[in-house]
Amino acid sequence: MTSLFPTTRRTAPADRTRPSTTPGDHVSTPSSDVALDVRALKKIYEGAGRQVEAVRDLTFSVARGELVCIVGPSGAGKTTLLRGIAGLLPLTSGEVVLDGARVTGPPAGMAVVFQEYGRSLFPWLTVRQNVELPLKEKGLKKAERREKVEAALEAVGLADSGDAHPWQLSGGMQQRVAIARAVAYEPSVLLMDEPFAAVDAQTRADLEDLVRTLWHRLGVTVLFVTHDIEEAVYLGQRVLVLSNRPTVILEDVTVDLPDVRDQLETRSTARFAELRHHVYELVQKAKKGYRPDGEAV
Amino acid sequence: MATTTAPAGAVASPRRPVLSGRTRDVALGGLGLLCVVVVLQILPALGVADPTYLPSSTDIGAALGRLVTEPEFWTAFGQTLRGWAIGLAVAMAAGVAAGVLIGSVPLLRALTASTVEFLRPIPSVALIPLVVLVYGSQPQSALILVVYASFWQVLVQVLYGVADVDPVVRDTARSYRFSRLTVLRQVVWPTALPYVVTGFRLAAAVALILEITAELVIGVPGLGQRIGVSQSSGAVATTYALVVVVGVIGVAVNVLARQVERRVLRWHPSIRRELP
Repeated sequence: MTSLFPTTRRTAPADRTRPSTTPGDHVSTPSSDVALDVRALKKIYEGAGRQVEAVRDLTFSVARGELVCIVGPSGAGKTTLLRGIAGLLPLTSGEVVLDGARVTGPPAGMAVVFQEYGRSLFPWLTVRQNVELPLKEKGLKKAERREKVEAALEAVGLADSGDAHPWQLSGGMQQRVAIARAVAYEPSVLLMDEPFAAVDAQTRADLEDLVRTLWHRLGVTVLFVTHDIEEAVYLGQRVLVLSNRPTVILEDVTVDLPDVRDQLETRSTARFAELRHHVYELVQKAKKGYRPDGEAV
Repeated sequence: MATTTAPAGAVASPRRPVLSGRTRDVALGGLGLLCVVVVLQILPALGVADPTYLPSSTDIGAALGRLVTEPEFWTAFGQTLRGWAIGLAVAMAAGVAAGVLIGSVPLLRALTASTVEFLRPIPSVALIPLVVLVYGSQPQSALILVVYASFWQVLVQVLYGVADVDPVVRDTARSYRFSRLTVLRQVVWPTALPYVVTGFRLAAAVALILEITAELVIGVPGLGQRIGVSQSSGAVATTYALVVVVGVIGVAVNVLARQVERRVLRWHPSIRRELP
C-alpha cells in the first residue's frame, strides 16, 4: 500500500501532465531541502470500547519554501492530520520530521494558525501583546521583540491596531492578528488549519492574497488545510487531496499556474478551471468512498 | 394622565419609558425602598404590629441618628469590618492558591474531589461549639468561622475557572511552547479571573453573615454583639438601627465587588463594550 504513494504522488493524470515548476520534485530529495516530512502517519482514536481509525496512512513531504494545500471532504481527518503534524496529538504510528528532527511535541520551528481565531487570540491581551507573547516565551530581548511585532503587524496591514483588543476588531482583522503572531514567530513551517472558514467571501479573498504575499516576502514554508477546493487551487503550488476516513492521499496535484496570482485573472484562466474541475472530481470521488487502492468502503 | 391626550391612532406605538436604563433602575430601587419605609411607619401606627417589637421607621431613624454619634458604635463598626476583611482576605488567598493548585493537577483534583464535596456543605455555624471551646469569644472564633465559610465559595469557583480554559487557547499555548509558568500566568489565571471575582462576591457576602453571626451568638466584639446587647436590654429601636447598618454594609460590599469586577474584567464579554 505504501508503494502506491510515490506513483500517485508524482504522476499527474496523463492528459494533464505539464512541465512542473515545483522544486524538490524528486523522490530522493536531499534532506536539507525538505522542511517537513510526514511518513506513514496513522491515527486511531481509542474510545470507550471502540476504535475509530481516523487517519490510515499519510506520507508526503513539503520542500523548503513550498506552499502546499491539503483539501478533502469534511470528516476526512484534516484537523487530526494537522494536529498530528503540529505535535499536539500523539500518533498511533508513523512519524513527522521537521528540519530533520522527529516531532515528539510542539516543535520550535512551527507556528499554527487555527480556524477559530476568536478563541485562539487571548481576549485579555491587546493585539500587540498577543503577537509579542510567543516571542517573550522564546526569550527574545525587548527591542528585538518590538521590532518583530511592529514588522509583523505592518505586514498584515494592522500597524495602527496594536493597542486594540482582538474583540474590538472584525473577524478578518482578528485572523490577521493570528497570522501576524505566527509570522513574527518566524517558524520554519507555518501550519494553517482552515483559517478562513469563518470569514466572509470578500475578506477571505483578501486574506488569501495576504498569505501568498507573506509567503513570497518571507520565504516561509506553508501547509494550508482547507475544505475549499478553489482556495486550495488558488493558493497552492501543490494540492494534496485526501480520501474520506480512514484517510489516505488520493492524489498529489501539482498546480502549474503562474506564480503571480490574481483573484480575478487567475480564477478565470482555463487552467485554473481545469485544475479546479480535477480536484473537485477527486473530492466527489472521495465522498463516495473511492480509495486509491480500489478498496470500497 | 398623559396617555389620555394621545391620539387614537397611536395605540400601537411602543410605550417609551420616561427614564432609561440605569437611572430608571436606580429610581425604581429607591421607590421600592421608600415603600418599605412607609409601610414600616404605618404598620405600628395602625396597630397592626405591636410598636414594642416593631418600632416605626422614624423611631428606628432616630435610634440610628443617636448611634452614629457614639464612639462605641464606631469601635464596633470597625471591629466588624476588620474581622470581615481579614477573614475574607485569608479565604481568598487560601481559596485561590488551593484552587489553582488542585485545578492544575488532575491527580490532586481526583484525590480531593470527595473530601471537598464532604466538607463544603458543612454549615460554618456547626463549628461554633468547637471554636468556642478553643477561643471563647475572642476574634479568632469569628475568623475561623468566616474563613471556613468563605473558603469553599472561592475554592469551588476557582476550580471551575481553572477547568474552563478553552481547548483552542490551550492548543495555541502548547504550539507556541509556553512554559508551565507562562500558561499559569497568561492563560489559566485570566481564564479563571471571572470565576475568582464571582467567588469574591459570594465570599464577601457569606463572610459578613458569619462575622455578624459569630458576634451575635458567641459574643465576639462587633456590631453583632451590640445587636445582642441592645435586644436583651430592650432597646428595640436601636436593635433595628444596627440591623439597618449591617444591611447597608452588605449593600456597600456588593457594590464594591461589582466595581472590582468592572475594572478587572474589562476584556470579558460580560463587561466589555462594543467598538469604542
